Amino acid sequence: MNFPLLTVTAAVPAVGAILTAAVPASRRTAAKWLALLFSLATLALAVLVAVRFEPGGDRYQLTESHAWIKDFGVRYELGVDGIGVALIALTALLIPFVIGAGWNDADPLETNSSRWRPTQGFFALILMVEAMVIISFEATDVFLFYVFFEAMLIPMYFLIGGFGDRAHSGTDENAAAQRSYAAVKFLLYNLVGGLIMLAAVIGLYVVAGNFSLQEITAARAAGTLDMATNTERLLFLGFFFAFAVKAPLWPLHTWLPNAMGEATAPVAVLITAVVDKVGTFAMLRFCLGLFPDASKWATPVILVLALISIVYGALLAVGQRDIKRLVAYASISHFGFIILGIFAMTSQGQSGATLYMVNHGISTAALMLVAGFLISRRGSRLIADYGGVQKVAPVLAGTFLIGGLATLSLPGLAPFVSEFLVLVGTFARYPVVGIIATVGIVLAALYTLVLYQRTMTGPVKEEVSGMRDLRLREVLVVAPLIALLIALGVYPQPLTTIVNPAVEHTMSDVKQTDPKPEVAVEAKNGEAAK
Amino acid sequence: MSTATAAQALLTLAANGPADKIPAPHIEYAQLAPTLIVVGAAVLGVLVEAFVPRRSRYYVQVFLAVAALASAFAAVVGLAAGGYGSTKAHIAAMGAIAVDGPALFLQGTILLASIVAVFTFAERRLDPKAHGNRVDSFAAQAASVPGSDSEKAAVKAGFTTTEVFPLALFAIAGMLIFPAANDLLTLFIALEVFSLPLYLLCAVARRQRLMSQEAAVKYFLLGAFSSAFLLFGIALIYGYAGSVSYAVIADVVDGTVAKLDPALASTMGNDALLLIGGALILMGLLFKVGAVPFHMWTPDVYQGAPTPVTGFMAAATKVAAFGALLRLLYVVLPGLRWDWRPVMWGVAIVTMLAGAVIAVTQTDVKRLLAYSSIAHAGFILAGVIATSAQGVQSVLFYLLAYSFVTIGAFAVVTLVRDAGGEATHLSKWAGLGRRSPLTAAVFAVFLLAFAGIPLTSGFAGKFAVFKAAADGGAGVLVVVGVLSSAIAAFFYIRVIVLMFFSEPKADGPTVAVPSPLTMTTIAVGVAVTLVLGLAPQYFLDLAGQASTFVR
Repeated sequence: MNFPLLTVTAAVPAVGAILTAAVPASRRTAAKWLALLFSLATLALAVLVAVRFEPGGDRYQLTESHAWIKDFGVRYELGVDGIGVALIALTALLIPFVIGAGWNDADPLETNSSRWRPTQGFFALILMVEAMVIISFEATDVFLFYVFFEAMLIPMYFLIGGFGDRAHSGTDENAAAQRSYAAVKFLLYNLVGGLIMLAAVIGLYVVAGNFSLQEITAARAAGTLDMATNTERLLFLGFFFAFAVKAPLWPLHTWLPNAMGEATAPVAVLITAVVDKVGTFAMLRFCLGLFPDASKWATPVILVLALISIVYGALLAVGQRDIKRLVAYASISHFGFIILGIFAMTSQGQSGATLYMVNHGISTAALMLVAGFLISRRGSRLIADYGGVQKVAPVLAGTFLIGGLATLSLPGLAPFVSEFLVLVGTFARYPVVGIIATVGIVLAALYTLVLYQRTMTGPVKEEVSGMRDLRLREVLVVAPLIALLIALGVYPQPLTTIVNPAVEHTMSDVKQTDPKPEVAVEAKNGEAAK
Repeated sequence: MSTATAAQALLTLAANGPADKIPAPHIEYAQLAPTLIVVGAAVLGVLVEAFVPRRSRYYVQVFLAVAALASAFAAVVGLAAGGYGSTKAHIAAMGAIAVDGPALFLQGTILLASIVAVFTFAERRLDPKAHGNRVDSFAAQAASVPGSDSEKAAVKAGFTTTEVFPLALFAIAGMLIFPAANDLLTLFIALEVFSLPLYLLCAVARRQRLMSQEAAVKYFLLGAFSSAFLLFGIALIYGYAGSVSYAVIADVVDGTVAKLDPALASTMGNDALLLIGGALILMGLLFKVGAVPFHMWTPDVYQGAPTPVTGFMAAATKVAAFGALLRLLYVVLPGLRWDWRPVMWGVAIVTMLAGAVIAVTQTDVKRLLAYSSIAHAGFILAGVIATSAQGVQSVLFYLLAYSFVTIGAFAVVTLVRDAGGEATHLSKWAGLGRRSPLTAAVFAVFLLAFAGIPLTSGFAGKFAVFKAAADGGAGVLVVVGVLSSAIAAFFYIRVIVLMFFSEPKADGPTVAVPSPLTMTTIAVGVAVTLVLGLAPQYFLDLAGQASTFVR
């Protein structure tokens, strides 16, 4: 009996959540440190998972399998491939920063209430989300995945609705109403997506008789499990709809700007950098693995939707007056790239998409957390309220700039590698789509640089003049992220070694091979000219 | 086994020809023990009312009720362990009562739910003391006119309506027979035995007595209507089959009994009688489960009845009524499947959608739960329609899961109070999460279970019935079910938003600190909700083993 590493990796934050929630009201600081400790322990376990994982080995490693609900044909089956390892690492990596950045975000305004313990709740919920996200990256049983995919909505919902910006908290009824609206919108969108997926999950069981991803994929590949074309397409759409809401893909994206705008910056990071990745991850693992033919059938439409996401998200980001909503629309644009890479059905595209998930997580975290620090100083989310910050708070401005440059995929920073791969992969099969997608890059430069210019440069605004630079805690949160962006930008090799074999497996699931290599070479030349 | 064959012999004798003598009834007392214990305790309870001094009645009654229910449950477990749920399943009491898996499972569920419901009946710490006496949720003297001097005198004297315990026991006894009834007359009698005490229980609320009495009258009138439908249906079916026994009717429907009873020669085998009679009986049962379009009574009665009674009624009645419905459709009318399935499809779809949609506009928490119970009736119907062992299993499991969530949720409702008693208007629940995080969190767990969020019993149940329905070829029902779940989720979430994200009002209600009785009820509710959500396999097995009806 092997050590159940994957279970433990998911269980540690869950236990941490329970313990944190149990800390008495007066020991707020203890709760914070406890949460941080558990998130670091999870990170250590995630590193262990990455170390124990052999890139050249079996497709799914560190597997665990136990009977769970026999009558539903459900087993507790865990296993990771390279994509899962990368995303577990990303999750475990970001949570300590989320906790560090949100250190004081949930302190109660008045401390006289003995039973209301928002701080404990805040950190417990973050750890709970982490546990559920990690187990969804590990699950190789469709039902098990579904359970946590749905269940994570509840803690997420409380995080969005229950904790606002300090700038807006207190007795501001309007902000509370907006926040609760955003939380409900988030929940309803995702719940409807999830329930439609539930119908498809049940349909899958009726067709396949069990929920094991490995068994079904193997049976599909061997041709022993036939699905009627229409059935497969309907089931695919049921699954894809839920993931497209989560990811989010245009036109199902409208909950994201609300949620990210109203939530505190750390929670916004949690949404876009961590939770939403489950959607794109699941497209790769479940949509392509379970329904290869239907995936190919739907590809043209999905590529068009992804393109719309890229361009539309970027255009709206350009037009935003609110910093956090700007980052949200930028994320929608980036999710378009990820989905483009997945459905381009080339190995560069898919490994690019996986890298993109990781890099987007880190870069958005860096940008959003610094934006959160900025907003908490001035008490406003509006771009127009800032100006000349770099003169009074140079470190803050500098980190903000690096986060922004990462968002626009500057060569040398990590996102460049992934965006490049996605575009190369797309161009190899769909040249026109690849060309249109580059518009997104140009617009990214526009919205990021304009954001920087308006907030950080120019004359120092009166309200900004007394602004403090980053504190030690804040520097400790941002600096490692920036270091990682640079490190993965110049040396992405460790990540690609882990991810590439998994992508090969996914490609063989959908029975796709890369187009002729010389096309790819041309694309590279074209990229060099950019 | 000899008893079984004897009963069989008697049956065939009775069916074969005109009985020239009246045979001595043969009753298997041991196999009917669960029901008999409860009836006996109910009769004793009446005697207690008559002879035990008022001061100690409450304690005697509570003890008697709980002891009776617990020993009846033990009897059910004993019977199940003795194989009466599977290999030894047979028909007892001269063809009147089935002792089989579904009956025992449902009886066990009803008894367990009743025990925790009786705890909420016995709760006496929620209201402030009246004239130095602890008071419960029931009127001091049900017979006195609301607001009259006689009422005031009764309150002052510290009267309590301890009759509720024997009444509840009678109702429970009827509910125990209802899903086990194996002929139409027993079915009807069981229906009346459990309905009449419920009408009374609805009328005895301590607060808002007029509303409570109004609810009781409505329930009684509509209930009487539905009983009349049921009885008329029974008469028509008798005309068709020449018997009220389930087995004989089923044979006649299947066409295996060709022999005509000379007295009924003109009507026997007339399909019009079968179809109309079957439809009328179904109506009577659908009324009890609260399916659309026979649901009109539900919101008013749920709102007006004393909340402990509402919880009891919502859980136990539904279990009993679905049990009877299952037996009728699976044992008596399987041969008619192609006729009733489309109708039940329609009823299930309308019930799911109407329950969910109307609930969205509700502003009273008890009415909200009433409409939610209608929507849930629709989900359960989806499992009933599956017409497979899996369908029975899923329905049994769903009923188990649902009844504990329901009783728990109504128990929480009893805790949230202001000067006028329970504060059931939703606006008063604003900010409850700030004042009493634990109470609000517990209620949120129940709401999430109602909404069918994974890791709660509600999800496991919903998945089970939808899976059975999909396997039975009712994919459309699953899609409608999923859509109405989404609508339903909206209003459950709305309550959670209200509790956690709204600012508390200055004159908002307080949460009463209950006695260990209600705490036990709520704790059991939460525990069952989580256990059935996380590790449902044992209970699914149990329901699976219990899913075969005896004929």
